[in-house]
Amino acid sequence: MTAVLQVRNIRKSFGGITAVDGVSFDVEEGEILGLIGPNGCGKSTLFNCILGQLTPSDGEVKVDGRVVTGLRPSELNRLGVSRTFQLLQVFPKLSVRENLILAGQEHQGSMMSRLFGPSDAGQTEAADRMIAFFGLGHLAAEPAGGLSYGQQKLLDAAMAFMGGPRLVLLDEPAGGVNLTMLADLKARLAAINREKRATFVVIEHNMEFVMSLCSRVMVMAEGKVLAMGKPAEVRANPAVIEAYLGH
Amino acid sequence: MTAIPRYLRLAFGIVVIAGLIVVPMNFNRYGLFILSQWAVMTIAAMGLNLTLGYAGQVSLAQGAFVGIGAYAAAIMTTQGIPLIAALGVAVVVCFAVGWVLGYPALRVQHHYLAFVTLAFSTLAFLVFRNEDWLTKGIYGISNIPRPHVFGLATNRPLPFYYVCLGSLGLVTLAVWWLIRSPWGRAFLALRENPVRALSLGVDTRRYTLMAFAIGSALGGFAGALYAPLTQYIDPVPFNLSLSLDILMMVIVGGAGFFFGPFLGAMISVLLPEWLRFTQGYYLMLYAIAVILLLIYSPTGILGILDRYLAERRTKTASALRAVAKSKLETVP
Repeated sequence: MTAVLQVRNIRKSFGGITAVDGVSFDVEEGEILGLIGPNGCGKSTLFNCILGQLTPSDGEVKVDGRVVTGLRPSELNRLGVSRTFQLLQVFPKLSVRENLILAGQEHQGSMMSRLFGPSDAGQTEAADRMIAFFGLGHLAAEPAGGLSYGQQKLLDAAMAFMGGPRLVLLDEPAGGVNLTMLADLKARLAAINREKRATFVVIEHNMEFVMSLCSRVMVMAEGKVLAMGKPAEVRANPAVIEAYLGH
Repeated sequence: MTAIPRYLRLAFGIVVIAGLIVVPMNFNRYGLFILSQWAVMTIAAMGLNLTLGYAGQVSLAQGAFVGIGAYAAAIMTTQGIPLIAALGVAVVVCFAVGWVLGYPALRVQHHYLAFVTLAFSTLAFLVFRNEDWLTKGIYGISNIPRPHVFGLATNRPLPFYYVCLGSLGLVTLAVWWLIRSPWGRAFLALRENPVRALSLGVDTRRYTLMAFAIGSALGGFAGALYAPLTQYIDPVPFNLSLSLDILMMVIVGGAGFFFGPFLGAMISVLLPEWLRFTQGYYLMLYAIAVILLLIYSPTGILGILDRYLAERRTKTASALRAVAKSKLETVP
């Protein structure tokens, strides 16, 4: 097993507040790592540091053994690291299909070849496969802004999988999604993980979702790693119950 | 726009193009001048529509780029250099300057960006006015020649109108290609959600600079036609109010709509002429018309059409759903 993602001693301070305080962990290839912890414990900040949206005050991130700290999110994405957002982040005026084509188009060729190439950058087929996979077929031509919240969440996840990423960081994919759709989403994530050997890190508050989907769970509290292990171990850890599950 | 059948759109387009070619043959000198001015201003507004309407970057400097293009053309053609070469230089210079002006847009947005570009606009105007050695200052440059196209002189108004119209045609095709290419999609992404775009591999920095550079280059293109159109230029027409005028063309026509600049430029160039009979009141009436339009439809004239079509689509869709539902209910 090789580590797809290696995070070493990441620290991020905003003024006097240390949001992430020396976090280190590895994510193995094909793994689904759950990331849980109370609100404000630094999960999303950690994501933003890993993905280049924020520059960490200290520490190092490696993807496939290559140091990526300081790369811009767009560069990181083209290296095969993709993400979803906690709050809805689709392009409301573009159609569902256009959203997905956009999500895939920057992964092939150069800017110049795209300017003179086909209008869809050869992505329509891949986009339609993704649309079918996420069950959005009847909505393909609709503007994304007209979709329901849950459907937009699905689209957001689908966009993260365009271009065949190696590593996907999902920030609360289940938030605000109804139960039927949630089971759907979980099944699809598991399928992509199995078939494409894509590696996931998932931030989620829905314990049932995390415990059943993830192979390992990392618990954060006050910017630090509190516990790390199999879902059952973590659930039984007294420190975790104290900080999080007990409430 | 998809609700209008393709053949109807095609027929409409052919009629408009034929009209633009045939009808002006009977126009007098002044009518042709106004129509040529419309074509030139449409090119400049298309450039700003790209930067502002599609990529969402506010610029109050488009008039300055028209000025740079006009001075480049005027200076070079009065030295005997052919217009086509001057046009190339104007476009390249404006592209480069536009690229540099794009850098502030990587740090500041919206009204802050408007102020940065406004400062640039003022700077360009001061250069036109004060650098006598280059621009002849307030005396301006006169006797700007009109070009020969395929060996034909275009000194008379009608041939030169065709030069402007032909250029507009070329620019329209090029911009249409750009908008429907993956770049057009990336520009929209920049406008709608730059954070998400960045996380999807879109190099927002480079696309922002490109949006500025290409938009500015089109401003330079328009300027390089403006100089031989008026055959005399001085700094006054290129002050800030030209930038505001072009901005208004884009907004009134409908920012982010492909044909917005055509309509916006028509209103800005032609409406004052039509309102001339009202004499002193025409500017007031014009201003009131613009205010009323923007209250009624903040997304411009094409925004009204778009809204109407969207409503019709929704009605059709819900009618279809009702039919489908009634069918389901009748099945035993």
